[in-house]
Amino acid sequence: MPDATFPRFVPVADCGLLVEFGDTVGGPAHAGVLALDRALAARPVPGQRETVPAYVNLMVVFDPAETDHAAVTRAVRERMAHPPEARSTGRLHEVPVCYEAEFARDMAAVVDQTGLSAEAVIAAHLAGEYEVHLYGFAPGYAYMAGVPEPIRLPRKPAPVRGIPAGSVIIAGPQCIVTTVTMPAGWWVLGRSPARILTSDPDRPFLFDVGDRVRFTRIDRADFDRLSGDGA
Amino acid sequence: MSRAVLHVAQAGPHVSVQDGGRLGWLRYGVTESGPMDRLAFARANAALGNPAGAAGIEISLGGLTVDCAEGAVTLAIAGGGFVVESASGTGGSWTVVTLRRGERLVIRRGPWGAWTYLQPAGRLVARPWLGSVATHAPSGIGGGMLAAGQEIVIEDARVLQKVEGGLPCPVAARPRHEVAVVLGPQDRFFTREAIAALVGAPYRLTDAYDRMGVRLRGPQLVPEGALSIPSEPILRGSIQVAGDGAPAVLLADHQTTGGYPKIATIVSAHLDGFVQLRPHEVVRFHAVTPEEAVGLARLRSGRRQPFVR
Repeated sequence: MPDATFPRFVPVADCGLLVEFGDTVGGPAHAGVLALDRALAARPVPGQRETVPAYVNLMVVFDPAETDHAAVTRAVRERMAHPPEARSTGRLHEVPVCYEAEFARDMAAVVDQTGLSAEAVIAAHLAGEYEVHLYGFAPGYAYMAGVPEPIRLPRKPAPVRGIPAGSVIIAGPQCIVTTVTMPAGWWVLGRSPARILTSDPDRPFLFDVGDRVRFTRIDRADFDRLSGDGA
Repeated sequence: MSRAVLHVAQAGPHVSVQDGGRLGWLRYGVTESGPMDRLAFARANAALGNPAGAAGIEISLGGLTVDCAEGAVTLAIAGGGFVVESASGTGGSWTVVTLRRGERLVIRRGPWGAWTYLQPAGRLVARPWLGSVATHAPSGIGGGMLAAGQEIVIEDARVLQKVEGGLPCPVAARPRHEVAVVLGPQDRFFTREAIAALVGAPYRLTDAYDRMGVRLRGPQLVPEGALSIPSEPILRGSIQVAGDGAPAVLLADHQTTGGYPKIATIVSAHLDGFVQLRPHEVVRFHAVTPEEAVGLARLRSGRRQPFVR
């Protein structure tokens, strides 16, 4: 639904312009973010350093020696009036997950809270159709929306330290495959051997914002094989 | 090619390898890292004729002691008012010294400032990621934190006798107690009283201070109905307010997105001076317009023209 208050252009310090398309996750705002992100990739505004897409808004980071908020706002409005051709949906990635007990430290708690069996929790997680909405928190942490309703849980009251890299964690409608060992307040369902940080200099991150993800189930032997071969 | 090897005898917490930063990857969750005080870091490199973003070591109030185990290398030390002990005597930071095999260099907290930089005339060997050796402290990505027992290897190490001696400490490198902010991007979630407190009342830095940011102590700034705004992009200098009403300033290793409301953002030109404040020191914020903030940034880049980029 069109909303007269959006898009909104909010200056941030001397080097940022936050372009807001809405204020709730799950509405049409994210499509606006993706369209502007594509437009600015195709035709950067003068002085643009980088763009940072998120759920409902996008930050344009610029060099204040070259431009200012007013000029960037004008240029962004012009890009929005003449968008590049709509892209097809993002690329689809299949990401393997091992749900075995030693990797699924919170399965019992999720079973407890949802009233589902462990197999039903896994089936629900596998049934989700996920889309990468943004990266955040730590390098390569891709926030994927699409966790099915029956296994949506609020985050834990406090983060837990030392959640290993590769953990598949959920909170609310979101899922992340972690990339480094960090604290997390989300629920750990399994572990993936997928390398989100690819170590390929031409494509250092597996996903782009807007890509889609489908999870597939693997057993421990597959996990070890996929973890070991440097894939 | 000559090489110098420094043995780390002591390193405080938050002592890390840094270069000009890992720029351009915010959209993948990768923050820029790099030096907390970019002005001091640039001055140290400039003193040696290094490229602006050349790698060196960022030293916290915990200090650093190194012994030269091999070779010889000239080192520039700039930032804060630290104490430097070397074979040539005891003095302050803002100096260039040469360290030779068998000699010890001690850098420890002095009368003022929170961060100093040790830049070698040569190439500090460290493992890059995404083209940068800057350490992202929370994940350990990049060149890494330093600890006692480690070795620092400098390739193409040079001795530059003619630049040894004191460096001028620019006024802009002093701790800054009066700091300009641009309100927003989520000031709309705060009452007029909360905004008046932020830009009127004194705040103190707390001990909860690391490369990710620093929590402040002062009047509470309770946000209204904004406890779960959608995670959105964050820039360095953001002043975010968590549910408890305590503001925190996000710094070099800040998370790239977050769902707490940001009441204001420190202007880039004042960040170097802000980070040189120590825990328990007082800071006062004042609001400037975005146009004024751009003006301050241009003034600063003009002032730094001979040294940066």
